[in-house]
Amino acid sequence: MTVPLLEVRDLRVRFPTEDGVVKAVDGVSFSIEPGETLGVVGESGSGKSVSFLTIMGLTRSRTAIIEGEVLFKGEDLLRMTNDDIQEVRGSQISMIFQDPMTSLHPFYRVGVQISESIRTHQKVSKQEGMEQAVEMLHRVGIPRPEERARQYPHEFSGGMRQRAMIAMALSLNPDLLIADEPTTALDVTVQAQILDLLARLKQEFNAAIVIITHDLGVVAEHCDQIQVMYAGKIVESGNRHDVYYDSHHPYTWGLLSSIPRMDEAAVGERLKPIKGLPPSLIFLPPGCAFHPRCPHRFDRCEREVPALIPSDGHHASACHLSLADKERIFKEQVMARS
Amino acid sequence: MSVQVNERDGQLRTEPTRDRELLVRLRGVRKLFPITRGILFQKRVGSVHAVDGVDLDIYKGETLGLVGETGCGKSTLARVLMRLYDASDGSIEFEGRDITGVGGRELRALRRDMQMIFQDPYASLNPRKTIGSIIGTPFRLHRIVPRNKIKSEVQQLMELVGLNPEHYNRYPHEFSGGQRQRIGVARALALRPKLILCDEPVSALDVSIQAQVLNLLEDLQEEFNLTYLFIAHDLSVVKHVSDRVAVMYLGKIVEMAVGSTLYLNPKHPYSGALLSAVPIADPDLAAARKRIILEGDVPSPIDPPSGCRFHPRCPNAQFPKCSEDEPELLPHHPGQVAACHFPLEDRAIIETPAGG
Repeated sequence: MTVPLLEVRDLRVRFPTEDGVVKAVDGVSFSIEPGETLGVVGESGSGKSVSFLTIMGLTRSRTAIIEGEVLFKGEDLLRMTNDDIQEVRGSQISMIFQDPMTSLHPFYRVGVQISESIRTHQKVSKQEGMEQAVEMLHRVGIPRPEERARQYPHEFSGGMRQRAMIAMALSLNPDLLIADEPTTALDVTVQAQILDLLARLKQEFNAAIVIITHDLGVVAEHCDQIQVMYAGKIVESGNRHDVYYDSHHPYTWGLLSSIPRMDEAAVGERLKPIKGLPPSLIFLPPGCAFHPRCPHRFDRCEREVPALIPSDGHHASACHLSLADKERIFKEQVMARS
Repeated sequence: MSVQVNERDGQLRTEPTRDRELLVRLRGVRKLFPITRGILFQKRVGSVHAVDGVDLDIYKGETLGLVGETGCGKSTLARVLMRLYDASDGSIEFEGRDITGVGGRELRALRRDMQMIFQDPYASLNPRKTIGSIIGTPFRLHRIVPRNKIKSEVQQLMELVGLNPEHYNRYPHEFSGGQRQRIGVARALALRPKLILCDEPVSALDVSIQAQVLNLLEDLQEEFNLTYLFIAHDLSVVKHVSDRVAVMYLGKIVEMAVGSTLYLNPKHPYSGALLSAVPIADPDLAAARKRIILEGDVPSPIDPPSGCRFHPRCPNAQFPKCSEDEPELLPHHPGQVAACHFPLEDRAIIETPAGG
């Protein structure tokens, strides 16, 4: 067995506030192999972004309480000094965000911004940095890269900006690229372009990729492993087949049933949304955090927090229902739709 | 569903049922935004062709979907229809009355019948007003409900859209995205409009919340016999809610069809591209469909391409036909018109029919 690129063990992130302690991430463990694509799916406030911001060392503050271990190539990122993690960040792990307009500086030329990130980590001249920036813009499929590198972010369309962000993120050849809702602000056509680009670049750069999203449709084509998060916990994890065709958690079922399917024969069939809203992370419901919204709950769910239990080597879920029940309900109620 | 061929004005279009009443009729609608140079003497140097000759009928009680990428003019078209922008050319009829040039009191009365729901529920609600006051504003402006009854009316509306009426005095920031969108829906419903223009109403929401809002819109349509113009860039959402779908590209409608026809047999390569880009939460189906990946972005509407506007990005374009000759909307399947010289084959994107 290979050594995982990233191994997260029992990560907990809490933010004390005036109203109480926000349990943003509540005991999350997983690992990423080199070259793997991991999809992390959940609603707003499920802790998916905070988990990865913490891994990048971006949630550090005087008040945030961070526990657990984040082993990247065997080194614990949580225990690194700010200077050391700054070295890792950008050169070995990099991140792209949802809104490429707010993550590019509006006053600087795009090429300058990319070359700056290169020059932060590598001793190269301004000229060389700029040449590398142009080369990166070319590799992410931006036409006329020399000209584009001299333009400002506002002269780029949304999709082009996201490509520029990807160029910047990959310019130092990182081993892990974290993409936080990389396509949510984009048109579907551009979204497909960006997802294909990520898949292609993954091959070229041999990097592992994490795609964080709220839409199970986005990760269906490109992810090897998928984990579903709810209220700061992983509630289901498995490979593509496990999650889409054999899911074991009612929350995943809810997400799958919420998506209007293109392949519906019956026009006008009603969607089956998940009832209610995600819980407050300050006052989590007792027992399984999902139980107030779960149509299959029973008395045990209100008392006992379900553990993430593997049903076989790669598929795990955190739900008190018996395996037989899970398989039956999934077949009858979720798969029956298509 | 049946198709009517309307020969009178030489136009062919799809119509959901024969006897449905026409609510909105757009003919040759254009909206150009001038581009000017100079500070003191503003010289017009060109114009943005945001909407460039659109004919569209909307029938009472139907949902007409309008899809297209950013910058294709779909929101501008909705705003022209709402009379938020003045059309540069063409005519807008609402319930048989020409409203292209109405103004003042008449226009204000007209707004009772048409309302709008916006994409971003954060930006479209005033953060300094309580939601009771936000939802009640239409009542105060139009003076159709006595002042002392406004509160109870508003609370009824809140209940209708699934908000807790006790939250009357709360501020927008105290609500989640989905709840804010419900506030927007309640405000749009206040005056019991006939037509609601939904401009990307669920694009900013999580999928689970999207489904709640879509179901709510459906319920309200049934209850109040509403007509929707539903704008989105996500074809799966549009297909789910719409009776008919119009596909827009660079200010023009390039294809219009009943929802399932468009899904199974898109004719215009652009519709095919939109369809093949929609994320499907089913890895096998997603892998099985054929992909038309579009290169680049929508070209500038300042100087739209000659001939068929889609030809620079079209995988099927044949020259010089496509770059010289602008295609017209022609009928294909029953209930489907498309403007393309070299339309796609049937089942070009998804091979197996639904349920396969």
